[in-house]
Amino acid sequence: MAMKTFPVEASHILMFARSVGDDNAVYADADYAAKTEAGSIIAPPTFAQASAQFDPDYVLRPRPGKPWFGSGKNPSGIVRGEGGGGGGGNGGGLHAEQHFEYHRHLKPGDVLTATSLPGKTWEKEGRRSGKLIFSESVTEYRDQNGELVITARGVGVRTERPVDQKQEA
Amino acid sequence: MALKASDLKVGDTHSARLVEDLKRTQIVQYAGSSGDYNPLHTDEVFTTQVAGYPSVFAHGMLTMGMTGKMLTDYVGDARLTKYGVRFTSQVWPGDTLDSTATVKAVGDKDGGKIVELDVKTVNQNGVEVLNGYAEARVDP
Repeated sequence: MAMKTFPVEASHILMFARSVGDDNAVYADADYAAKTEAGSIIAPPTFAQASAQFDPDYVLRPRPGKPWFGSGKNPSGIVRGEGGGGGGGNGGGLHAEQHFEYHRHLKPGDVLTATSLPGKTWEKEGRRSGKLIFSESVTEYRDQNGELVITARGVGVRTERPVDQKQEA
Repeated sequence: MALKASDLKVGDTHSARLVEDLKRTQIVQYAGSSGDYNPLHTDEVFTTQVAGYPSVFAHGMLTMGMTGKMLTDYVGDARLTKYGVRFTSQVWPGDTLDSTATVKAVGDKDGGKIVELDVKTVNQNGVEVLNGYAEARVDP
């Protein structure tokens, strides 16, 4: 995560909680939240993922003057050569796993910095999508006092072809 | 409302419906709040014609976020100490998701009590879309 700082703000927490369908007032109402055990508005458990907003070079956000692989006049804004098919090939991979460890919960006013540590990479033959290449990354989020607040570990996967949709219950 | 270790038994469950008939607009809403604008989630033209999927599909993190509401409604605000998942199947517009936390263990940690939970979310066909674990502080 190449972000400089991640300022945690109440309006962003409100919008994030809405987007995951969580209407708990502890994410939206400062007066209510002050009377709860949390003591103030806090962020929902997966909020650290929104640090992408503060990465100036985040590849999954269109940026002015840069090519974007989503559709416009054509189905993709980027012309690719052979072999570009597949969920992994065109979408920057799929998210396979995500883990969070909370040393404390985030609240408005926190200003986070992140340190990314490279993780392992491994391969597996998938039944539904051909060869799978997994890669792991660990991100440590620290607050304005240098205290570790959240440790996040993500695993991404690139697939050889789109995931077959025959589902087995 | 915090849980009490003395009231919890291994095998206890808490379930909640996360979403009924997931709308594309909610996926767009999540793209905006999280900052993940991968066209696989919001751009039907790209996703069907270039990436080769039958339609756009939800961010795994949207499913994890919705499942997080089930967990925090159960264990209480600011109580989670760990939460991790694997995304085991994709979630599509129109899906209805139900999620369950099952008590795996009740124990001691850092001078307090904790509960360890198994977490699972399934779609309307009973297909598991997410499985994982959580750990939370509970009252004695």
